[in-house]
Amino acid sequence: MNLTLRIWRQSGPQDKGRMVTYPVDDVSPDMSFLEMLDVLNERLILSGEEPVAFDHDCREGICGMCGLMINGDAHGPQRGTTACQLHMRQFKDGETIDIEPWRARAFPVIKDLVVNRNAFDKIIAAGGYITAPTGSAPEAHAAPVAKANADAAFESAACIGCGACVAACPNGSGMLFTAAKVTQLSLLPQGQPERYTRVIGMVDAHDEAGFGGCTNAGECTAVCPKGIPLNTIGRLNRDYLTATAKRGDTPGS
Amino acid sequence: MAVTGIMLVLFLVAHMLGNLKVFTGETSFDHYAHWLRDIGKPLLPGVWFLWILRTALVVAVLGHIWAATVLAVRARAARPVRYAHRKKVQGSYAARTMRWGGVIILLFVIYHILDLTTGTLNPVGDASNPYGNVVADFAPDRWYVTLFYTLAIVTVGFHLRHGVFSALRSLGQQTPRGERRARTAALVFAVVLCAGYLVVPFAVLTGLVS
Repeated sequence: MNLTLRIWRQSGPQDKGRMVTYPVDDVSPDMSFLEMLDVLNERLILSGEEPVAFDHDCREGICGMCGLMINGDAHGPQRGTTACQLHMRQFKDGETIDIEPWRARAFPVIKDLVVNRNAFDKIIAAGGYITAPTGSAPEAHAAPVAKANADAAFESAACIGCGACVAACPNGSGMLFTAAKVTQLSLLPQGQPERYTRVIGMVDAHDEAGFGGCTNAGECTAVCPKGIPLNTIGRLNRDYLTATAKRGDTPGS
Repeated sequence: MAVTGIMLVLFLVAHMLGNLKVFTGETSFDHYAHWLRDIGKPLLPGVWFLWILRTALVVAVLGHIWAATVLAVRARAARPVRYAHRKKVQGSYAARTMRWGGVIILLFVIYHILDLTTGTLNPVGDASNPYGNVVADFAPDRWYVTLFYTLAIVTVGFHLRHGVFSALRSLGQQTPRGERRARTAALVFAVVLCAGYLVVPFAVLTGLVS
């Protein structure tokens, strides 16, 4: 396959950045998208140019490091797939592919296609944990969990925090991520003590980080590589409404 | 957004039911229109109740616009650098057009009040004869008025298609099955409301009401 890539190049946070066109020849349809970028980078290095910086780690679709806007689609055209698991057979020979970083105020570009996702860490630090010492895995029958709740919590826990939801959201909102991280704990017995302080803290941290507000447009769930459903945000809303009436850490409430 | 939206939706339902009284004849329709000014008598003098209702509606409209503006400003600030290549939003057309649709609806409401409440832009404009105002408004030779009303009502329909679902979600609708129900309910509600509103101008246009 012969492709034309238009890639966002930005030397650092202060640089203005621009789209640069690179022709890439002899791409195998069996390559992953990131392997194709590796091939481009090897050729750039050999010709003495600066390689394209992009985030990646496990290349198995479970770490959440990779994240590229490919032709205006977060993680590319294939649904339920991270960019690293995307194969070049999804593209046509001779195609022009636009590759951009996630665009959000809360995700400033560090270099080229690499963005700083510390804003997600701040949301987690604001309540995405439990305080009970858990030790090793508990005896399964000690704290019964309804099957439906276990399934829904597991569905939320599948979130890898890649940021595709923010990248695709017309409002630049990180509510699907926040909702996944809130509900994976609030549906389980271990998450109950901080249930209502957690949701307020995490939504506040989300807003402070400069993400937009959710309008239930549904873009996030369409691009989510882990298929986190939109109703997860409904669970967050329900917890938030309850939390405004009572706060778990206020004595007497 | 959700709370003010629901207040406005309740008004829309009442307004539609009132409009449909046009099919019960001129006397009945005019009687209904005059009764609106007298609700609350003798507890409240004259048109007080109507003004209380109007105040509540204006508060709801302003609250709705304020919330929408906050969301739009935040959305703009949240993405300072635009994408060079942006796919059309994969969500529904209704969800995509909420903001501009809202602006169109606001402009329509202003025109609508000048037309059929104050009578300024109405060819008859007789406050004591609302039935005559309606019939004159949608006369066949004023087809452009009917066209504008139709476009505005369809815009309201799209606004409700996403708005009703989104309001239910904001107020804590949380299960996947409930989501399907909420989406269906929003669609049915939007279609019924559109039909209920459009049947009046088209009845006048076709001579069914004259």
